[in-house]
Amino acid sequence: MELNNYEIIIGLEIHCQLKTKSKLFCSCPAEFEREPNINVCPVCLGFPGTLPVLNKRAIELALKLALALNCEINRKSSFARKHYFYPDLPKGYQITQYKEPLAYNGYLLIDNKKIRIRRVHLEEDSGKLIHTPKETLIDFNRAGVPLVEIVTEPDFRSPKEVTSFIEKLRTILIYLDISDADMEKGNLRCEPNISLRYNNLSSERREIKNLNSIKNVYQALEYEIEYQKNLLEKGERIERATLLWNEKERRTEIMRAKEEEEDYRYFPEPDLPSLIIDEEEILKIKEEIKELPEERKNRLIREYNLKEEFAEIIIKDKYLCDYYEDLMKLVKDKNLATNWLINEVLRVLNEKKIKINEFPLKITELATFLNLLSENKIPRGKVKEKFYQLAEKKIKIEDILKTTEIKQEKGSFTQITFSDIEKVIEEVLAQEKEVVEKYKKGKKGVIGYLIGEVVKKLEGKVDPREIREEIIKILEKD
Amino acid sequence: MDILKLKIRDIQNLIKRKELSYMELIKEVFKRIEENKDLNAFISLFEEKAIKKAKECDKEFSEMKEVPNLLFGIPIAVKDNIAYAQERLTCASKILKDFVSPYSATAVERLEEKRAIIVGKTNLDEFAMGSSNEFSYFGPCLNPINREYVPGGSSGGSASAVGANIVPVALGSDTGGSVRQPAAFCGVCGLKPTYGRVSRFGLVAFASSLDVIGVFSKYVEDCALVLQTISGYDERDSTSANYPVPNYLPLKSNLEELKVGISKDFFFEEMDTSLIKIYEDFFKLLAKNGVRLYEVSLPTMKYGIYAYHLIATCEASSNLARYDGIRYGLNMEAKDIDEFYKKIRSEGFGKEVKRRIVLGTYGLSKGYYEEYYGIGVKARKIISQDFQRAFERVDIILAPPSPTLPFKLGEKLKDPIKMYLSDILTVPISLAGLPALSIPLKYKIDNFPISIQIIGKPFCEKEILDFAYGIEQL
Ligand SMILES: [Zn+2]
Repeated sequence: MELNNYEIIIGLEIHCQLKTKSKLFCSCPAEFEREPNINVCPVCLGFPGTLPVLNKRAIELALKLALALNCEINRKSSFARKHYFYPDLPKGYQITQYKEPLAYNGYLLIDNKKIRIRRVHLEEDSGKLIHTPKETLIDFNRAGVPLVEIVTEPDFRSPKEVTSFIEKLRTILIYLDISDADMEKGNLRCEPNISLRYNNLSSERREIKNLNSIKNVYQALEYEIEYQKNLLEKGERIERATLLWNEKERRTEIMRAKEEEEDYRYFPEPDLPSLIIDEEEILKIKEEIKELPEERKNRLIREYNLKEEFAEIIIKDKYLCDYYEDLMKLVKDKNLATNWLINEVLRVLNEKKIKINEFPLKITELATFLNLLSENKIPRGKVKEKFYQLAEKKIKIEDILKTTEIKQEKGSFTQITFSDIEKVIEEVLAQEKEVVEKYKKGKKGVIGYLIGEVVKKLEGKVDPREIREEIIKILEKD
Repeated sequence: MDILKLKIRDIQNLIKRKELSYMELIKEVFKRIEENKDLNAFISLFEEKAIKKAKECDKEFSEMKEVPNLLFGIPIAVKDNIAYAQERLTCASKILKDFVSPYSATAVERLEEKRAIIVGKTNLDEFAMGSSNEFSYFGPCLNPINREYVPGGSSGGSASAVGANIVPVALGSDTGGSVRQPAAFCGVCGLKPTYGRVSRFGLVAFASSLDVIGVFSKYVEDCALVLQTISGYDERDSTSANYPVPNYLPLKSNLEELKVGISKDFFFEEMDTSLIKIYEDFFKLLAKNGVRLYEVSLPTMKYGIYAYHLIATCEASSNLARYDGIRYGLNMEAKDIDEFYKKIRSEGFGKEVKRRIVLGTYGLSKGYYEEYYGIGVKARKIISQDFQRAFERVDIILAPPSPTLPFKLGEKLKDPIKMYLSDILTVPISLAGLPALSIPLKYKIDNFPISIQIIGKPFCEKEILDFAYGIEQL
């Protein structure tokens, strides 16, 4: 794309469903992928005389996100009503935050560039229309589900920056267990607004809705840039509008023109008092935010000698990260395991289009396999074949262990899991209290006896060196 | 003996002495309802249910020595904008004419916990918007003192039912005077508690920042009894006050203890001279009885009615947006959703409600918000401060509840502004969120008793009730 004389200006509005048990203003379960209209009550259906009661957990989750996005927290924020008529909106208004949002003035770094966050606020979701050829039905299960809205400043200069931002935000949301953040399922919705500047001309900002994947966000923005660029070059004006992304035809189409824009008649929600957040609450939440992806990445590089490019890959998925760290605890050759995970495991995931938690090999199984591999216990030339058979669930790890050449080498590998070893050690230590006392008093030599006891119980299936390490770890701990 | 003219305590004494049963009491209520059918005070009646409950109360009481509490088995009427489970909740509107509420209001629940018996839902101005009870889909309600006159509004049905000795007590709602003004018109006690004292959960919203559930009764003591039961924090209403509820009973006159404020600012030029004369006599009577009166200044009272209508119409336009005929309420055929909305809301709402929705929608529109809603909120603050200043000098303030005597049916229907001015003496108190009780005095004009409004500091219902009790004894 030739864009030398152009400046692209993109801002983002993101809605994200919070992972709370109940809805934002009533006690209905917040799970909406159920039989229609099962999680509803007089409050979320807007029955006469009902009143909203704010869900405290939703505030905590939104605060978590706001703090992770480096926002300032409004010590006093308030709710407002946003009015419009639509069949999926039970009260004729949405309860949201307007003049005093929960948090403001934050930022998120993407590739060392600061994207400023204008505000983070809480609001309720609407129901869902289901169109059939004969009629339109309404499912109110989603009505009242808590959303957090994130509004950025128009700091993006390319569609790539936008998608990096969304990806990073998704990682944070999943890391902090704030949201499932799945765009396809609609619990993360992105609405970019885009305008172009060309010499002295500039377009008015156009907002794009209906983007249900990062790919769509990217394509829609690319399309808009091209579209607006062409018009500007012809000297035509581009007015403010709300657009829909037509995924099939890969183009945007006008949903609402400027003059059709609604007046939402915002006014302070009289049914809810101001939301007061005190210092203590903020400190408590800060403690809850254990480790953000950025920090974890740095730690992984430090702790496991992981290459930065590998860390980048792993960090994108919290569960993959957890898998990796657990694996590292069980394998002997960490470099081998890292390479195997990045190359082979990820390949399987990509090919099968599955997530790590759907990967058929348990961590202990993969660890056993890798330990065999590092000790050259698997015949050369058959390694990948065996691995894929495992991943396809065609064979079990036990099957490999049973193969004759391995069977003879008793004791140098294990199909016993780590926690099994730990359990046996604990048992032995509990039994041999006197010996343990001696050890603690300085008679380190007695460890040999303890190791012997453990080896007996494990029937010699585990390397005594490993057992020694473990026993020492446990004894030195207390 | 007319048992329905008695205090609740005296009714319970008859029961204790086995001179009366709860069943007889309930039967008497429905007999009175039948005799006063022309008042049109009720929209729904629950005779069968009520009789069953009375029977249960009799049965349980037969095994007890004492009445478990004073409201046990006592008939109560409830304004039809307050939810009572499994019964209609019409708000006197066509749009909800067949709507059945799946739940009960907190106030109703608390009364039922004491085993009070809800006998029926009373007439009102549609969605509580009006001062005469003439804007009801179910037709106007009449004043029991003179049936050519309006009972006041919007809680006309509850005031009329208590005034006609149909029930000893009734619930109403007060947004700008909707309990106090009809109480005055029908010659009964009407209490509007402090905003937040009684849960609004189950009260159909008109103007959420002003709406309060209130009590009608013939005797101050009965009013205190009901207030005691329905007051207190409710986790289902985030605006309800988490503030302790004192024991309102027993009542004890505090006429000589309190500093009492009166203000010229409540006596407008437009007020009937005969009324002004009566209030002057009344203040003299108070002074003679040892009441210390102080003149206080409340210069912003006259702006109350404007601020009130700005705020109330804006909030109403928002609160009534939910009536779209989709999930409940009126249903009609239409070719598309826009036509459906138009049809439902044009057909479903009455003229006065539509007038206020239009005004409120305008008042919240882009570019007008600051001029309308914004100004209303500012004026409200100034009025509240006025009261605060006055209450630094006095404990309670006395004011007339209405600038006029009750008017005839149809008299003000053609002139909405005149109708709105009926609330001129009650709305400033609503804006300030203060408690106030309207109580009839011994003076009468054309058979209509003249009432006084006793205004207190926030959450000082006890002082008001004790003072009203003192007046009752005069
Ligand atoms: Zn609900």
